[in-house]
Amino acid sequence: MSVAKPLPHDSARGHVTGAARYVDDIPVPVGCLHLAFGLSEIAHGRVTEMDLSAVKSAPGVRLVLSPDNLIPMPDCSPSIHDEPLLGGPEVKYLGQPLFIVAATSHLAARRAARLAKVSYEKAPAILTIDDALAANSRFEDGPRIWARGDAEAAIASAPNMLEGQLEIGGQEHFYLEGQAAMALPQEGDDMLVHSSTQHPTEIQHKVAHALEVPMHAVRVETRRMGGGFGGKESQGNALAIACAMAARATGQPCKMRYDRDDDMMITGKRHDFRLGYRVGFDDDGRVQGIEFLHWARCGWAQDLSLPVADRAMLHADNAYWLPHVRIESHRMKTHTQSATAFRGFGGPQGMIGVERVMDHIAHHLGADPVEVRQRNYYSSEGSTTPYGQTVEDFELDGITEALLASSEYAARKQAVADWNAKNPVLKKGIGFSPVKFGISFTLTHLNQAGALVHVYQDGSIHMNHGGTEMGQGLFQKVSQVAASVFGVDPSVVKITATDTAKVPNTSATAASSGADLNGMAVKIACETLRTRIAEHLSEIHQADPATVQFADGQVRVGDRTISFSDAAKSAYEARISLSATGFYKTPKLAWDRIKGEGRPFFYFAYGAAVTEVVIDTLTGENRILRTDILHDAGNSLNPALDIGQVEGAYVQGAGWLTTEELVWDNDGRLRTHAPSTYKIPACSDRPDLFNVDLWNRENREETIYRSKAVGEPPFMLGISAFMALSDAVSACGDTYPDLQAPATAEQVLAAIGRAQR
Amino acid sequence: MSNKKVFKLTVNGEEQEFLAEPRELLIHTLRERLGKTGPHIGCETSHCGACTVTLNGKSVKSCTVFVAQADGAEITTIEGLGNPDNLHVLQESFKEHHGLQCGFCTPGMITRASKLLEENPNPTEQEVRFGMAGNICRCTGYQNIVKSILAAAAEMNAAKEAAE
Repeated sequence: MSVAKPLPHDSARGHVTGAARYVDDIPVPVGCLHLAFGLSEIAHGRVTEMDLSAVKSAPGVRLVLSPDNLIPMPDCSPSIHDEPLLGGPEVKYLGQPLFIVAATSHLAARRAARLAKVSYEKAPAILTIDDALAANSRFEDGPRIWARGDAEAAIASAPNMLEGQLEIGGQEHFYLEGQAAMALPQEGDDMLVHSSTQHPTEIQHKVAHALEVPMHAVRVETRRMGGGFGGKESQGNALAIACAMAARATGQPCKMRYDRDDDMMITGKRHDFRLGYRVGFDDDGRVQGIEFLHWARCGWAQDLSLPVADRAMLHADNAYWLPHVRIESHRMKTHTQSATAFRGFGGPQGMIGVERVMDHIAHHLGADPVEVRQRNYYSSEGSTTPYGQTVEDFELDGITEALLASSEYAARKQAVADWNAKNPVLKKGIGFSPVKFGISFTLTHLNQAGALVHVYQDGSIHMNHGGTEMGQGLFQKVSQVAASVFGVDPSVVKITATDTAKVPNTSATAASSGADLNGMAVKIACETLRTRIAEHLSEIHQADPATVQFADGQVRVGDRTISFSDAAKSAYEARISLSATGFYKTPKLAWDRIKGEGRPFFYFAYGAAVTEVVIDTLTGENRILRTDILHDAGNSLNPALDIGQVEGAYVQGAGWLTTEELVWDNDGRLRTHAPSTYKIPACSDRPDLFNVDLWNRENREETIYRSKAVGEPPFMLGISAFMALSDAVSACGDTYPDLQAPATAEQVLAAIGRAQR
Repeated sequence: MSNKKVFKLTVNGEEQEFLAEPRELLIHTLRERLGKTGPHIGCETSHCGACTVTLNGKSVKSCTVFVAQADGAEITTIEGLGNPDNLHVLQESFKEHHGLQCGFCTPGMITRASKLLEENPNPTEQEVRFGMAGNICRCTGYQNIVKSILAAAAEMNAAKEAAE
């Protein structure tokens, strides 16, 4: 069995030698044109005149496309057709593409794009949540509200009440490989598109729509991405469509990759949120009633904002029983980049709300924040989420106990207190946070996957499925599944690029579902083929098909053993089909998003983290000293890859809440549009001590080899870093410091001021 | 174009001579002119390190070096360290210790690490972390990258001792 082995990433050999190809590395055919967008310079208003004559006559320019010659204007939206490929005359955000240049080189196209003369009539821009509230600028008619019991009455009758507000910044994906696409015109109307996307079917659908051809005329291939994190779920549409339109117009291959600054100016980011809370609780810190208000800044187009804001509501409880609860969610429309999917998909914003509440309650009571959390954990006395799903698999009691022991939480908490008593300038803090994350797409029909598996007559295996590889190791995990079914070495299984012509109608590789869905589809396809081979061999050798065994590259039939390749050859010669599809859909799901009721999730994934930090109270500077994590990946399909996911997710999550700050100026211009001003954690920012372990318990649900999804859940372990900073700041005074996110040095300093009030 | 000039570079031991604008960026020369697509374009402002190569014995971010500045230089890219059939110790170590996920930063990361270990063959964990701080990885959280470099250093030192 190759499942559960810590094998290296399937492309590791290519990665370390530079031989693994990304879209920009694919050799381009002769005559390939390179595209660039010309971007708007204002956040809201109208283009009154666009003079592109200098662009058209610039060196190397072969084609310029503007709203004048793109009729009808193609749409890029993954949801409600509100994203024209090019803006104008109305401009909706600063950075919105207004025209396309196709030239003989990437640089020629970018240089030419700068030569446009565009005049605007500016209109007032709605940039912030306050602006949007004042103008009642929102998606959907009003707030979405989900409630259980009577939160207001429960809060009023509780012995203690607290309220507060938390600003939560957004986050730039900063996939190391920027957005990229290449379109190659084929015979007739056909188009082949290479795209760095998490969602090849969406690219196919949008390109077909733009070209006004059936989906069968467009084939999209994605071998790998240089990181995705949700940023390539819908944000690649514009490039692929632009390339396809230019390729159609010129008959030449067209390629586009965003320069990093353009990428950051054009594409959506994690939604920033404002979160309000009011909580009533008893003297032990048990929540009796709670109200949450969510305001999400969604940007100019709807994109995936509704399900993102829904998922924030679905994680407002995190790990806690909230007997009376009301969650009100506002989805605000602003003249900024259209916020989009990002690892956790709203879950992190929802979850940090209740974690903040636990922190605030503990501070108010002078109680241990971990104990307050444990008292509120789901249990047999309260096991139903606010949306009515019973939590059947709650792993956090065991995880918490084990982690507190392995991290020596109690002793270190005392040591932190001792340190703080002696040191007036450097203050330490220790924080704990748990994660319970719901696994499944909340749009139920997306929970399906397909696979295509061929066994060739020499016994080699070709495997394909609808999932995409962005570094998470999906292809490796799934090939281990295939190898396990056939009892062969994983090297026998050829992993092939995601291709809309092999497996149709796929869902985005998102919602952490890649291995759950595609692993299962591949397993089903492989089992179909294994059964065919077993039946064939048992007929020849007069054995019971159920007793045929596939292991160690061999097939045992009765008392005979033959190699897997001989078995394949024999089946081929007997005219047995050695190609099969597999299809899987997640069971047990039923969800009404308007009422906020049902079972949106097949199961939950869990984890917990303890983080220790130090802050400089004179400057607000801070560092993570130590992090301990225990994370639940069920029966891991590949523990090395899963631990890698946990480590990377934690650092990314801690980055979101500490150094990664997006700043827009009053004109709506993103000022942090490069890594020079947008601070991504570097190797030197990693915790000094970083202990990560997996909680090895099988998933109670029948997932692929009883594993659990691992892509998103550990991202939210980064919340423990924020809680540790809040703890360190609390050592500076008696008032609750009300730390805001991201906790940059500035914010830490401001919070110290509040604590000392 | 009249402002083109002839430039000579030695890339991974091979001499290259070509006509280019002096302000062409070295990363474009390597990727588009010479077919060395191992070094990647990440940020184009010298912050992410995906384009790191070795130029006359020093790690440089090739996205902010003009080809004119590199004229006559000896350059090593990831392709010059090893190939899929014959991995450099660092390449083997990154593969075995999972020092990569999406792999996009990996060529620059390994090229930088090879220089780091030349400068300091026996680094502490802290020295590795600060010595690699100019190369961003968005996937791994760096834990396995540091592990890979320390393991490679140990192996290279053991091989050196055995040879002495």
